[in-house]
Amino acid sequence: MLRPFPTPAAVSPEEDVIRPAGPCERIARLPADRWTLRETAFWLMPVLGYFAFPGYLMLGSQILIAGLFALSLDLIMGYAGIVSLGHAAFFGTGAYAAGLLASHGWHEPLSGLLAGAAAAALVALPVSLLVVRGQDLGRLIVTLGIGMLFFEAANKAAAITGGVDGLSGMEIAPLFGLFDFDLFGRTAYLYSLGVLFLLFLLCRRLVHSPFGLSLRGIKENSKRMASLGAPVERRLVSVFVIAAALAGAAGALLAQTTRFVGLDSLSFQRSAELLIMLVLGGTGRLYGALIGAALFLLAQDILAGLDPVYWQFWLGLMLVAVVLYARGGVLGGAALLAGRIRGKRR
Amino acid sequence: MTTALRTEGLSKSWGGFVANSQISLSLPKGARHALIGPNGAGKSTFINLLTGVLAPSSGEVFLMGERVTHLAPHERVKRGMARTFQINTLFPGLTVLESVVLAICERSGAARIWHRTVAGRRAEIDEAWDLLARLHLDRDADRPTRSLPYGRQRLVEIALALAARPKLLLLDEPAAGIPTGESSEIFDVIAGLPDDVTILFIEHDMDLVFRFARRITVLVGGKPLTEGTPDEIAADPRVREVYLGELPHV
Repeated sequence: MLRPFPTPAAVSPEEDVIRPAGPCERIARLPADRWTLRETAFWLMPVLGYFAFPGYLMLGSQILIAGLFALSLDLIMGYAGIVSLGHAAFFGTGAYAAGLLASHGWHEPLSGLLAGAAAAALVALPVSLLVVRGQDLGRLIVTLGIGMLFFEAANKAAAITGGVDGLSGMEIAPLFGLFDFDLFGRTAYLYSLGVLFLLFLLCRRLVHSPFGLSLRGIKENSKRMASLGAPVERRLVSVFVIAAALAGAAGALLAQTTRFVGLDSLSFQRSAELLIMLVLGGTGRLYGALIGAALFLLAQDILAGLDPVYWQFWLGLMLVAVVLYARGGVLGGAALLAGRIRGKRR
Repeated sequence: MTTALRTEGLSKSWGGFVANSQISLSLPKGARHALIGPNGAGKSTFINLLTGVLAPSSGEVFLMGERVTHLAPHERVKRGMARTFQINTLFPGLTVLESVVLAICERSGAARIWHRTVAGRRAEIDEAWDLLARLHLDRDADRPTRSLPYGRQRLVEIALALAARPKLLLLDEPAAGIPTGESSEIFDVIAGLPDDVTILFIEHDMDLVFRFARRITVLVGGKPLTEGTPDEIAADPRVREVYLGELPHV
């Protein structure tokens, strides 16, 4: 039977209430880290995909990278409740940082990836101080404005970034000094998958931690959190910077695997599509970000093939349907459905 | 004598409107003090000045002898001041247990930990269960807060405040919104609070005030009208006039 992936938000409401008894049950409903069979099955899919669709590895890498980027937005939006329309600022910063390193003689990929993440975290710190103070609408506008600033700054600094022509001429050394980035994208795919998986594990642990619980508390009621003694703004700054580092890592992956950075990596379009991916998959669940990114890019690929001119029309239709009929995205809808099926059986 | 809470000439005004004027209170440790007054008397403003949500126009606040007038709200919490809210201010999507564990983690400092799971915090979890049991909330532990009846949610309000292990507890109309027949549960909980916790009630419910308060301050028009024991207050003709005269509110 299809059941939603276990997230703290999804586990508790639909289940039966069990009286506390043994020490095991006392913690049964608190965020833990047990790895489930469904999760193993989920992560087997991209591995099987590698063997099953050798001709689509480039698209596959794009999906994995978009998934990492969406994971980053899920941390601040799905867990901490910060809406952002300018998250591409950090994606692009990571992409340019890694790209510039690679085109200026530093070819080692892992250190380039770290540099991309670090650069994004660094610029996110001052930005976060502006963002955490506001409320929803204010945050939306501030992040939107920051995104525009970054975009135009990169456009203006054409001598460094390449401007509208983009940044190219990168050279990436073999991964671990062993695996060349080949023409078919095999190394790129496995590299992206490995980075995504490790950073996913980090996010998973983070959202199940006391820190993660406090973020959910802030999202649910920041006034109460302050009255419990929580330094609300500091917590939000922390998660914003962590999320920016993840977005920067995603951008760096894109730069390294495509050996190109375009201005579109900083564009509003990218921020907006990211939001769509996350809403499509379901917020506050981590897996929703991954599923949303895959659905969005696959739909884009298929719809653009069927209807090259008006494909965005169908995408829009799909989005409206999801928001109206499956609140909480694909995973939210699945959880609802599973709950109903269980309810009927009883 | 050690005072848990002392205010000196605490005042708040916005332009020409004076919400609180020269309020000086002194609560010894373990006090059960009620602050009463008709609507608009400035009770909520006073709470906001004590907790640091509002900055006073003039005057001082001392907590356990320490001047806290200019400390941020969360720093006052760290020093032992906790409050409940007149209107439920809870975490609707978290379960009752998650809410209380969260509150305890904030107090214990564990809330900063990001590399270990909540389920591994045995000390905090055990403490949460003990607290829930004391408030008869343990059978609702795994329910999302929003699914609880209103009266049970009022208990969660108190549980979250107690998780901070307060020295001073500010109860802002703890029984507000509970039907008269169902308030005994919350009254029992309040009666069972430890003696060393100093409590300041803001209350409309005269039943609750005269049952638990050992001293009462009457606030009218932002100013303290009088202070005394429940018997003295009940017998005071001025109080009867301004407060008990407004029976519809009681």
